[in-house]
Amino acid sequence: MSATQQELLIAVVKVLVIFNALLILFSFMTYVERRMLAFMQFRLGPNRTGPLGLLQPIADGIKLFFKEELMPEGANKWLFMAAPAVAVMTAFLSMAVVPWGGPVTVKGREVTLQIADLDVGILYIFAISSLGVYGIVLAGWSANNKYTLMGGLRSSAQMFSYELALGLSWVGVIMLASSFRIGDIVAAQAGGFWRWNFVTQFVGFLVYVVAATAEVNRTPFDLPEAETELVGGFHTEYSSMRFALLQMAEYVNMITVSAIGANIFFGGWLAPIPALQAPFGFDLGLLWFLLKMAAALFFFVWLRGTLTRVRYDQLMHFGWKVLVPVATLNILLTAAAVTFLR
Amino acid sequence: MSLDAILFYVFAAVAVLSAVVVVAQRNPTYSAFALIVTMASLAGIFGLLGSPLIAVLQVIVYAGAIMVLFVFVLMLLNVQEERRIEGGSPAFRWTAVGLGGLLAVQVTVVLLRATRDGPAWAAGFDASARKVAQVLFSAQYVYVFEATSILIVAALVGALTLARRTGK
Amino acid sequence: MGPEVVRHALVLSLLLFVIGAVGVFLRRNIITVFMCVELMLNAVNLSFIAFSRSLGTLDAQVLVFFVLTVAAAEAAVGLAIIIALHRQKDTLDVDAFSLLRW
Repeated sequence: MSATQQELLIAVVKVLVIFNALLILFSFMTYVERRMLAFMQFRLGPNRTGPLGLLQPIADGIKLFFKEELMPEGANKWLFMAAPAVAVMTAFLSMAVVPWGGPVTVKGREVTLQIADLDVGILYIFAISSLGVYGIVLAGWSANNKYTLMGGLRSSAQMFSYELALGLSWVGVIMLASSFRIGDIVAAQAGGFWRWNFVTQFVGFLVYVVAATAEVNRTPFDLPEAETELVGGFHTEYSSMRFALLQMAEYVNMITVSAIGANIFFGGWLAPIPALQAPFGFDLGLLWFLLKMAAALFFFVWLRGTLTRVRYDQLMHFGWKVLVPVATLNILLTAAAVTFLR
Repeated sequence: MSLDAILFYVFAAVAVLSAVVVVAQRNPTYSAFALIVTMASLAGIFGLLGSPLIAVLQVIVYAGAIMVLFVFVLMLLNVQEERRIEGGSPAFRWTAVGLGGLLAVQVTVVLLRATRDGPAWAAGFDASARKVAQVLFSAQYVYVFEATSILIVAALVGALTLARRTGK
Repeated sequence: MGPEVVRHALVLSLLLFVIGAVGVFLRRNIITVFMCVELMLNAVNLSFIAFSRSLGTLDAQVLVFFVLTVAAAEAAVGLAIIIALHRQKDTLDVDAFSLLRW
């Protein structure tokens, strides 16, 4: 087998593994969210289907599969069908550059636990998330319904407003690591949790948390999906599998944003104390990364159970007039620190 | 043919097809989405030609920001399908296409003749972000870079002023 | 890859440019005309990158960067003008704006 064929095979295996991992994580997240929200609201949540209700996602999937697929009258058929596809595509594409652990050696080859180790890794994620706006705008517009159009426009305006703050929060991290590669950014945080970027770039981290929550349309920024507001926002007219695809896009976006946060602000696969990295002889990198990602996902569910929704004009005001200046100031200070203290 | 070459021709074919859709499609919204596909395939070609930074910037700026503006304007203005020209004849349209084809053929001939000895192929080409940034912020281009930031502010103010409702 | 890719990239750039130019001549909707202009700008970007790869100069990449920036600014202002025009005449037909006054 030639070198290119080997590379191709490795890439295909990685794609299959990560794709399936994301699907399983997505269905598990739907269950986890419902259970934890229930506990926070002093009730039980789904606990009937299977032991502890763990088969609930499967039951949901079967139900959605057998529901009737509706197409609203006057809807633009092609765009209506394409919108969930675009949303899901961009959600999964952005996971292509996220590393799940440090490099491992398999049969003498060093293999990174990410599908594509781009030199412009972080910028690639920014690019794909700016394409994610189209899925929502298409979904809202193609249904021939003024409420979904308003929901879609609001949601996409929210998304690209906070995308700016999101990108700016990364610039400080990029400056500290002086590279766009995510592997380099993680490596620059080596040496214990006091060197992780959530400490050295605390303001950037706060901006990232807020911007990421707004970017994936989660509470407290989920006004476009609020049932009391615009019926359901851009996914009102969708039923059955197309709705499931839109939900999948949202959850996978949430998982992506958690994974990126774990990588660039919490040291990725590095242990909090260097001694804990490989205590039993083999590298625990993947485990640490999964722990951090799980903590981030729990944080998102926690936010949903705790905070109230933000009004749309408050949201836009905050995004443009507070978050962007704060992020820019952070960049300025980081640049000054890097220039004069290194 | 190497994988890179195959990908190049695939991207090229997609780019040309969606460009034709941009021009030929009656509904402007479909044209906009076809243009996004064109830009994305061009970004792929940029990546294949060894310029990862410009490829990603193309997607971020063009496909992800400028076209979002276009799509928003199209949806807010609720554009209808274009009517056919009354009194205009198909002859007019076909003449335009024909002249365009003639231009294409002429320039292609000149191009292929001029590069008959084969264009140069730079060895050790490194257009990574670091190298491009070094050129961008060198003394030659740094003032132009700062000037574009002033340009963007001017465009921002201009766009806001033009699109504002002059409320009485 | 190899040198012939540069030739083919230049031919592709030319094709896209001509398609955009024909679109500017033929289309009656202002926004579509504007999109064809953006298509032409993209074609020029492609030829810049092809030459950059061929000659090994990074100046062309910087030029593409500036073209991208200027195109963004121009798109913003152009669309604002289109919105203002639409507000006046409630149509996006190119032939409707044939006078220098309303």
